[in-house]
Amino acid sequence: MTASLTGRTSREGATADRRPRRGEGTSLRDLVIALPWIAPALLLILGVVIFPAGVMFYNSTRDISQSGVDRGPAGFENFQSLLDFAPIWGVLARTLVWVVVVVVLTVLISLALAQLLDKAFPGRQLVRMAVIIPWAASVVMTTLVVYYGLDPFYGIINEVLVNVGVIETPYGWTKNAPSAFAWSIAIAVFVSLPFTTYTILAGLQTVPAEVLEAARMDGAGRTRTYFSVILPQLRSALAVAILINIINVFNSLPILKVMTGSIPGYEADTIMTLIFKYIQTDHRIDVASALSVVGFVIVLAIVAVYVRVVRPMREV
Amino acid sequence: MTTARARRYTADQVPLRSVILRMVVGLLVLLFFVAPYVVMLVSSLKSKREILRVPPTFLPEEWHPENYVTMWSTPETPLVQNLISTIIIAVCATLLVLAVALPAAYYTARFRFPGRMVFLFLVIVTQMLQPAVLTSGLFREFQFLGISDTWFAMILINAAFNLSFAVWIMHSFFAGVPKEVDEAAQLDGAGKWTVLTRINLPLVWPGIVTAIVFTFVSCWNEFAASLVILSTAGNQPLSVALTKFVGQYATSWHYVFGVSIVAIIPVVILFMLIEKRLVGGLTAGSVK
Repeated sequence: MTASLTGRTSREGATADRRPRRGEGTSLRDLVIALPWIAPALLLILGVVIFPAGVMFYNSTRDISQSGVDRGPAGFENFQSLLDFAPIWGVLARTLVWVVVVVVLTVLISLALAQLLDKAFPGRQLVRMAVIIPWAASVVMTTLVVYYGLDPFYGIINEVLVNVGVIETPYGWTKNAPSAFAWSIAIAVFVSLPFTTYTILAGLQTVPAEVLEAARMDGAGRTRTYFSVILPQLRSALAVAILINIINVFNSLPILKVMTGSIPGYEADTIMTLIFKYIQTDHRIDVASALSVVGFVIVLAIVAVYVRVVRPMREV
Repeated sequence: MTTARARRYTADQVPLRSVILRMVVGLLVLLFFVAPYVVMLVSSLKSKREILRVPPTFLPEEWHPENYVTMWSTPETPLVQNLISTIIIAVCATLLVLAVALPAAYYTARFRFPGRMVFLFLVIVTQMLQPAVLTSGLFREFQFLGISDTWFAMILINAAFNLSFAVWIMHSFFAGVPKEVDEAAQLDGAGKWTVLTRINLPLVWPGIVTAIVFTFVSCWNEFAASLVILSTAGNQPLSVALTKFVGQYATSWHYVFGVSIVAIIPVVILFMLIEKRLVGGLTAGSVK
């Protein structure tokens, strides 16, 4: 009797007002009733996200042979061999450059794009649809067409660059690390623009027309209105866009894999591509795990910032 | 507010000059975003000899639509199997996400229970995680379980990492259904499951479609985990298979682009269908 009563009030507590009254929905019975509904999701998250994370942390402290045999504890040797690996500092610095440059360029261009797509003009819907394409399309495939275009002999981008006079003769952009890395940044910006632009666009649509009207009445020019009225209103949209982009760009593998994968050495690697070189080329799953742990901790730190700044839980 | 915004945009208040300027800039933006895909389409219709010609041609001198038939038997990789892998992994992962996320989203939106906030927090955190950074752990786990290099492993991975997004978007839709609707049905003696399937599902349908499309497209394009988990060529999805063409002596680029076009068009159409809800989904209520 008491139990069924609690069950019912918990339902009402959940929907009637957002703050549960004391003692509602906190009994063990409520959890038991809830389990069949949430257990499958919980199981999948625990088994395929949390558990492998644990395996990864564990493996980072083990000595694992190239064929995958666990040869016992290794302490911090795997981390030490990362530190002893001479190109690691370049890789870390490049990861920072990769994330910062891509995200900054993406956000700046998206701010301008969103401004255009927010204005009314014939054909706007068509432009919006075009902007979506790189978002839906496979990043591997988008990268492949650019890679082909940059070929020094039959590449169509080289041909265009020569025709418009940017360069005199076709150049092997994808044959050396710095230029391949620079083009990878361009591709990463290109594929990040749709999500960022749409997020800012959603933010722009929350700016009340009255506020813009008031700014005009007060004699604020366009630039002034944008920087003092519109931009501050975009704060939460920008926070979301920037943080999700940081995560995505940090985790990005396909662009650099395609563009710089065939260049020998480590002059174009980020943490993420180096992890995959350790796994696939060197078959060093233990060192790969150690580097993954470093990457994982960085991602968690970004997520912590996300949860603090954006507070996605506030309306739950 | 809506009318005020609409008025601001009507043609009589915006000078014709700025409308034309916007159209011109809009056209340039459109061209910029479709350019790579136009190059793909046009190049997919060239002959192998023409696509490797120095200097390159912009439009094919001879059009070869039959590439779309012959490309499937190219020797680099078993493309037909790769396409089947892509479809099976994406479809099964999407169904699994739906089966698992729908009840969780409904229950957390409607009822309270101990650990609810912990569960939702876990969902938020996993939404920010991607397979790439966990690949070494996933690889070892599935190797140990003996299901490495199987579609099943990739279905689990894709489902797990897209689950949180689906839970969030559907959660917010369920939360938008007035509780009176549920209560009325309960008074009529309907159980929780009946209330969900008969009463709520028709109302939150747009949210479910958004979740399905987003999950499907993301699984369709997954690359990092497949690269390591799936070692047999025939098991790999198209995203992984196509990278094998890079660095060949004379790459069959026309086939690479033909396959790309076939793989890209369906997901672009799906995304265009949910264009209005793309943002709300990904940012899960943090942008209003």
